[in-house]
Amino acid sequence: MKITVAGKIKEYDDGITVAKLVELENVETPEYVTVTINDEFVESHDFENTTVKDGDTVEFLYFMGGGQA
Amino acid sequence: MAFTNEQLERYSRHIILKEVGAKGQKKLSQAKVLIIGAGGLGAPAALYLAAAGVGTIGIVDADEVDLSNLQRQVIHSTADIGKPKVQSAKETMEAINPDVTVNTYHTFVTSGNVLDLIKDYDFILDGTDNFPAKFLINDACVMAKKPFSHAGIIRFKGQLMTYVPGQGPCYRCVFKNPPPKDAVPTCKQAGVIGAMGGVIGSLQAMEAVKYIVGAGDLLTGYLLTFDALKMEWHKVKLPSDTSKCAVCGDHPTITELVDYEQAECDMKK
Repeated sequence: MKITVAGKIKEYDDGITVAKLVELENVETPEYVTVTINDEFVESHDFENTTVKDGDTVEFLYFMGGGQA
Repeated sequence: MAFTNEQLERYSRHIILKEVGAKGQKKLSQAKVLIIGAGGLGAPAALYLAAAGVGTIGIVDADEVDLSNLQRQVIHSTADIGKPKVQSAKETMEAINPDVTVNTYHTFVTSGNVLDLIKDYDFILDGTDNFPAKFLINDACVMAKKPFSHAGIIRFKGQLMTYVPGQGPCYRCVFKNPPPKDAVPTCKQAGVIGAMGGVIGSLQAMEAVKYIVGAGDLLTGYLLTFDALKMEWHKVKLPSDTSKCAVCGDHPTITELVDYEQAECDMKK
């Protein structure tokens, strides 16, 4: 199936979970990433039981501190 | 207030823009913007807002200028080392534009002072380097119904979003709670390319100016990210349902400001 991950079209096996996608996409600090699918939040405790479907748009949003000192 | 001939010349490139005009420039001269953090993000933002003729600019920062700041904090000079950042920033801004009134607050933001700091300002820029301050500024702006620009930078990456009360998600809608201390790398630990502050801090100034003059679309409901190594921008649409947010939602569970444990970039060597 084809899904859009962080703006890029990617090919993944059907039925992939958010947890697996986080792993395969080498998400940095996966415990603290915010995930959205089709502009809706996926709670982190649902990563294991949420599957990504063909045509879905997945985004990873990262904590970014930095800037002052 | 009428512009002097000198002001008409100084702001001529603004006034000629149909989105700004004399009317917009007048709004800028009457506007009050608070910049929290006079560092990598706040430095370029403060320079552009002063140059733009924003009438009153407040700057909050508890630190003094350090040699390691000068690789990116372009508002400070070598001669400013040891000086409070707010003082150094004020001097540079006033040298650029004597029209601007600069208010300095040589302090950290805390749950005890943040509401008082933001109350007289029209727009807030979060240029802080740590998550406790970012959540505190978000929550205070939500509670006081103040628009603000969030930004963060690390390594070769940066991000920003704009919160306007009632017009989209707040920072806590997206990020829920601060990560535990040291769980997410800081600039001090991971480094940051100097020009990133210029890129993202300038965009924060851009959002403030657009908000004041009412031009175009703000980054409300979006997180804009930039990867300098790939030279890629990505504008992520954020979920529009804010009803469940702990601070800006329909039934907020956070009704008082919280001082989380500090884990900032600027822990001294």
